[in-house]
Amino acid sequence: MVIMKTLLQTLQDNGDRIVADWTHSLRSATQRKDLLSERDLESQAADLFKAIVKVPAETKISEFGSPAWRPVKDLVATLSVSRANLGFSPTETALFVLSIKPAIFGTIRQEWGSDPDRLFSEITVADSFIDKLSLHSTESYIGGRDRVIARQQEDMLELSTPVVTLWDGIVALPLIGTLDSARTQVVMETLLQAIVDTNSRVAIIDITGVPTVDTLVAQHLLKTITAARLMGAECILSGIRPQIAQTIVHLGIDLQQIATKAKLADAFRLALEQTGRRVTRIDGAQAAQAAKAAKAAL
Amino acid sequence: MTGETTVRKAETIPIAESNDVVRVRQQVRVLALEVGFSLVDQTKVVTAASELGRNTLEHGHGGHAEISIIDNGVKRGIKMSFRDNGPGIADIALAMTDGYTSGKGMGLGLSGSKRLMNEFELTSEVGVGTTVTVARWK
Ligand SMILES: Nc1ncnc2c1ncn2[C@@H]1O[C@H](COP(=O)(O)OP(=O)(O)O)[C@@H](O)[C@H]1O
Ligand SMILES: [Mg+2]
Repeated sequence: MVIMKTLLQTLQDNGDRIVADWTHSLRSATQRKDLLSERDLESQAADLFKAIVKVPAETKISEFGSPAWRPVKDLVATLSVSRANLGFSPTETALFVLSIKPAIFGTIRQEWGSDPDRLFSEITVADSFIDKLSLHSTESYIGGRDRVIARQQEDMLELSTPVVTLWDGIVALPLIGTLDSARTQVVMETLLQAIVDTNSRVAIIDITGVPTVDTLVAQHLLKTITAARLMGAECILSGIRPQIAQTIVHLGIDLQQIATKAKLADAFRLALEQTGRRVTRIDGAQAAQAAKAAKAAL
Repeated sequence: MTGETTVRKAETIPIAESNDVVRVRQQVRVLALEVGFSLVDQTKVVTAASELGRNTLEHGHGGHAEISIIDNGVKRGIKMSFRDNGPGIADIALAMTDGYTSGKGMGLGLSGSKRLMNEFELTSEVGVGTTVTVARWK
């Protein structure tokens, strides 16, 4: 059975030097001063080392799951999740823990350098300990990043929603963010106002940026589309991703009465047709002629 | 069902205002990612959470959601329980009918969630409260 006692004692005795060496290698390894100041980095290293030193000396390395390791693991997890939030890469995050190795190995060599067997066994113990800790760091980082992604997908983005005039008589409203906040009402009123202001006949509502379309969102959309219709404008709903389409069908929401398109470009094409225009490709000779005519007109 | 179903990770989120429904969705998406659901299934589970969470808020006058990763030894999934101590539902069959709403909704939240999930259980007592528990397997 591997026991940390002697190793921990040695580390405790050499704490200041280990932290100094560690921060030294951290400074050269993780050059992300844009994300984390050197001072924060150093105080994190010092805090983590304090937590390691506080682990009871009789704790076994083979029991990484034991409650004695909790404080150390929790701290590493917290630091790693915050790195995920700050935008560190997984490697940069793992390096924080891994870069303590030279400092600890140096201390061990100083202590047991004359006893090769002892040296080997202590280094093995320390090595496996730090590896476990860095794996824990990576796992926490991944969990943290999943959370970041999920949050980004669901964020209540308080963006002002731009109404874009795509063409004479055609406006588009690209919706981004969560649509069940108080904002929804404002967004919808903005669109209706823009239809009046621009005298538009077709309005494209693009929901590519809306993460969840549930019955409340659908109801808001349907109400807006009905109101627009009363004002003489047709709406086209675009940006309906496959997963949203399937979910809408399962919910039992009926969008039969509404023109829907998967892509904004398709919706635009339809809008042009609805307003008596058509998009056509012109061939090479025609294109040259058109260019010449355009030049002559100058 | 194969073997015993175990809960591997559970989380309770209070639902007292509209932002809480967004938070429930966020956490459900995190767990759905962890289970490894496809994008379509993720969306289904998150949307059901949104419907049931909003029912807890609006019809149940607030309560809480308990979301967890479940494991039956063969596959994993997500289980979500929405509880409130609100007015309860007098006629469950009616509430489950497509298009029925006692308010101004679309009346598709309960029936739609049942279609989006693999398991659906609703218990309710007038004057005591409502619990809706749903699950979806990977
Ligand atoms: N947690 C709840 N507490 C009380 N009544 C509820 C609850 N959930 C649903 N109901 C009742 O069931 C009806 C149908 O719910 P739902 O299908 O979600 O439609 P909606 O929410 O649009 O009304 C609601 O109108 C309400 O009367
Ligand atoms: Mg509802």
